[in-house]
Amino acid sequence: MNNIVSISIDGKEIKALKGENLVNVARDNGFHIPTLCYFKKLFPLATCRICTVNINGKNTTACTTKVDDGMEVKVNTDELLENRKAIIEMLFAEGNHFCPSCEKSGNCEMQNLGYIMGITHTRYPHLYREKPVDFTPHRMLMNSNRCILCKRCVEEIKTKDGKRVFSFVKRGNRTTVQIDYNEERKLTDNEAIHAMQICPVGAILVKGVSEGKPFGERKYDFLNKAIRPKLKRKKFELKEGEKFVVGTTSLAGCFGCHMSLLDIDEELLDMIEIVEFNKSPLTDIKRFSKRCHVGLIEGGCANEENVHVLRYFRENCDVLIAFGECAIMGGIPAMRNFVPLKETLEEAYLNGVTTVLGADVIPASEDIPKLLDKVYPINEVVDVDYYIPGCPPNAQHIWKVVKSILLNEEIPISHEEFKYD
Amino acid sequence: MKIYHNPQRKQLMSVIWEIQRKKRCVSHDDITKIAKLFDLSRMEVEGVVTFYHFFHRQHAGNFTIYLNDSIVGKHAGMEEIKKVFEKELGIKTGHVTEDKMFGLFETSCIGLSDMEPACLINFKPFVNLTPEKVRYIIRALRDGSKVSEIYDVPKSKIRYTPGERTVFFNGYERYSALKYLEKQPGDLIDLIKLSKLSGRGGAYFPTGLKWEFARKNKADKKYLVCNADEGEPGTFKDRVLIQEKPELLIEGMILAGYAIGASEGYIYLRGEYMYLKDNLEKVIGNYRDKGYLGENIAGKNFNFDIQVHMGAGAYVCGEETALIHSMEGKRGEPGTKEYFPVEKGFLGKPTVVNNVETLCAVTKILDMGVENWLKLGTEKTPGTKIFSVSGDCKNPGIYEIEWGMKVNELLELAGADNPGYILHNGYAGECLNPLDFERPISGEGVVPANVSVKNPGDYKQKMSGIGVKSGGAFMIFNSGRSILEIIKNVQQFFVNESCGVCVPCRVGNFLLNIKLNKILNENTTKKDLEELIHWSKIIKSNSRCGLGITSSNALMDTYNKFPGVFEKLVSGNNHQNGKLDLKKATREYEKIITEIYSDYE
Ligand SMILES: Cc1cc2nc3c(=O)[nH]c(=O)nc-3n(C[C@H](O)[C@H](O)[C@H](O)COP(=O)(O)O)c2cc1C
Ligand code: SF4
Ligand code: SF4
Ligand code: SF4
Repeated sequence: MNNIVSISIDGKEIKALKGENLVNVARDNGFHIPTLCYFKKLFPLATCRICTVNINGKNTTACTTKVDDGMEVKVNTDELLENRKAIIEMLFAEGNHFCPSCEKSGNCEMQNLGYIMGITHTRYPHLYREKPVDFTPHRMLMNSNRCILCKRCVEEIKTKDGKRVFSFVKRGNRTTVQIDYNEERKLTDNEAIHAMQICPVGAILVKGVSEGKPFGERKYDFLNKAIRPKLKRKKFELKEGEKFVVGTTSLAGCFGCHMSLLDIDEELLDMIEIVEFNKSPLTDIKRFSKRCHVGLIEGGCANEENVHVLRYFRENCDVLIAFGECAIMGGIPAMRNFVPLKETLEEAYLNGVTTVLGADVIPASEDIPKLLDKVYPINEVVDVDYYIPGCPPNAQHIWKVVKSILLNEEIPISHEEFKYD
Repeated sequence: MKIYHNPQRKQLMSVIWEIQRKKRCVSHDDITKIAKLFDLSRMEVEGVVTFYHFFHRQHAGNFTIYLNDSIVGKHAGMEEIKKVFEKELGIKTGHVTEDKMFGLFETSCIGLSDMEPACLINFKPFVNLTPEKVRYIIRALRDGSKVSEIYDVPKSKIRYTPGERTVFFNGYERYSALKYLEKQPGDLIDLIKLSKLSGRGGAYFPTGLKWEFARKNKADKKYLVCNADEGEPGTFKDRVLIQEKPELLIEGMILAGYAIGASEGYIYLRGEYMYLKDNLEKVIGNYRDKGYLGENIAGKNFNFDIQVHMGAGAYVCGEETALIHSMEGKRGEPGTKEYFPVEKGFLGKPTVVNNVETLCAVTKILDMGVENWLKLGTEKTPGTKIFSVSGDCKNPGIYEIEWGMKVNELLELAGADNPGYILHNGYAGECLNPLDFERPISGEGVVPANVSVKNPGDYKQKMSGIGVKSGGAFMIFNSGRSILEIIKNVQQFFVNESCGVCVPCRVGNFLLNIKLNKILNENTTKKDLEELIHWSKIIKSNSRCGLGITSSNALMDTYNKFPGVFEKLVSGNNHQNGKLDLKKATREYEKIITEIYSDYE
């Protein structure tokens, strides 16, 4: 029996088998240590670092720790929780994660961690670095925009004669995963699908095979866990007979977010009881006639007019909310960030399939707003107070956030309402 | 090219080196052939080749030139030297001339900080460069001179030793410490434990204890590795020890190998020190001839031999687990820390990794007697320590000092007239403020990291007895130097050298660098500074290896000890609308439109 040791996790005394993996011991005792690269107990990869816990005063990854007598483990201190969030945010900033157009969305482990941690946006500037998408392999394709370099595929996928199919190439921030074309051919169909499935994100895809499940049936669509957004609430005082004032606008967006805004059906009537719209495409008011309590911004900044409008909103709204992926991270318009501006213009006006034969003019005039060098998420242009993710964001999510800000109440958002796609 | 039969994976790097040296690049076809030879997938070999800075996938020039890009080199005039190279060769740095004769590259510190500006050409050093000298070198090479005919053998500048209390740099009669092979291994370990010798690679792990762990772990084979990767910018003491005192190193290795029960020893020599390899191997050969390496050494049942493994340009390979991976012919990524090397190291066997200076100290401690060694230095850190001094001082070079010397005294010896900022442990350590100059250089008193200077008087008093410990780099900067320029160079170094395997260091350092550049070049708010520090802490507390853990030390310490430096950048404009420079963001569009419309006309 001397194989049983005592440890404590966040103050709770626990008995465990000496040498057991800490992630598993914690899980069996009701403590969830989030993991991302962790995959096989025998082979901790320790690349993502989000399972970092504090053991006897020192930070270490739980996935590489074997429990031993007297360990004092801290899992959920404010600092550790904050660090985990920051690491996921780093990954969102480093890669090019356009969840609305990703095959893995809904089945993606990183996205799910984002949901669980209530991440609405990344604190870091998006890097928008061009990354290869390799279609050459026989059966698979490798989309480095989404690869988080967790190393699972590198360590796990080998041919029958023991050769690696995936390898890290280059180093530091230029590291990518590359497929060995010859070895890849040797994999069976099932082995290829296995590779796709162990990839925690949507980087490895098998041609012609999709995990395609409809919304609602995907792996992480329901977790029955409500998200409690941290809102910086100010108490708004209204005078007798006054309503809350809301402004909205669509910058480089598709108006989808505005459509969603109207999607609360008859609740809209209750809403109108307490809210009036000022400057907004819904009212067609062009200039603010009053100060707004809340401003809702759809779309990122693609041109100088977007910047002027956004600043105008910031000046006239107490609380500014980015709603929708385009406002939060650039979204579809930001896909041009990987292409030189000149090429973008030429594609749009001269060479693209939708231009007329012989088109030879890129229009320019003082009346056409100048394009920015890239599409900016709005928080890189002005300070933003809150973010509502989704493409489009769920209508309930939008109104719950707005209501909770206006009425100063905490309104939990359910997992189904909190989505990046 | 040598013919290899059934080569072992651990030979992979030397095969790649051979091709790189011969052909100046490792081509697609070469990689295919290497993969076949080692029975590996092609892409895995590609992964190894592309990890190391000195392996090139494109032709790197018959004369491959590497300029040192550390701040000490810059201060010594490297920018101008670079321009002269570029002008004479007609190429920008990072490129190769059309005739493939010259390739010009930058690289992290090459271990010649006391002779900057310096460069390597085909891995031979050229030091104290001046524009004239550069022109001469290029002319000579163009006219057919060989690099080996015109390079500078770096002259060791041993500037100070503490008289008769000198340990490393005084006389030593070859083989005399080897009489300790008569003792039992356990007794030898006890002696080293008694001496309180701790690791001079910078981590200060007690050497005797490390040996004991390795000795106790049962295995059919054990290894001893000497870490001669010396990648910390500003450090060059190991180079001087290998040049001047190779016998101390070899004998230290024999004794260590004997103590832990190792049968093979390796010296992991950084690629930048290739020019030291031949002599080192010659000395090893001498020991072999004398019967001190090989089988049944000193008439005992002790078999041990030493070989040199060449690194290929990766600072992170100085980290012991990365170093072991590199020796195994893999990418030099640090391990997961599930096991210590003394449990599972090289090829899965118990392995001791020790720094050059640590091993040299072993020889001298035994030779002079532990009791004499303990008379030197301080209680916790007995003996002496070798410092590599560089930067703004009259006498850059090597200083062997007794632990306990005051920072001020070292500055005086070095001839620093106006020191204002010191990186006392290379880029990975903290920095010193003039208020620290009266502190002793020692391991006495715990050093609470990141103490801020709020009130100079209080700070000085509080820190007065607290030792300053360092791996050996001591870079001095005058008061007039821009601290921000130094910090910028430090952070860029870590971005370049991160191995990329873990998120906080790979992504975090990159983002931190973006933030730093924003702070230096654009509208800075107080929030930017808070983020800079917060992001640093996140990297520090979550990274896998020492590189990420220490990468923001200098930055955070500067923030704490030199509050004005960053604060004066805050423009006070905390305007929530002031984040984007609209003029800058539309400049490209304007340029394109102007160009197009002038084309149409
Ligand atoms: C990023 C990094 C770089 C390192 N570089 C070196 C080095 O160049 N030389 C060295 O001896 N130790 C270096 N170390 C320390 C080694 O990991 C290890 O602690 C040391 O070689 C052990 O030898 P010692 O106990 O004799 O000091 C480095 C550590 C890190 C984290
Ligand atoms: S679903 Fe996952 S992999 Fe796909 S874009 Fe979103 S976060 Fe990235
Ligand atoms: S491709 Fe997928 S499994 Fe492989 S390293 Fe990238 S994220 Fe991980
Ligand atoms: S901390 Fe940096 S160098 Fe160390 S393992 Fe992580 S990425 Fe590599």
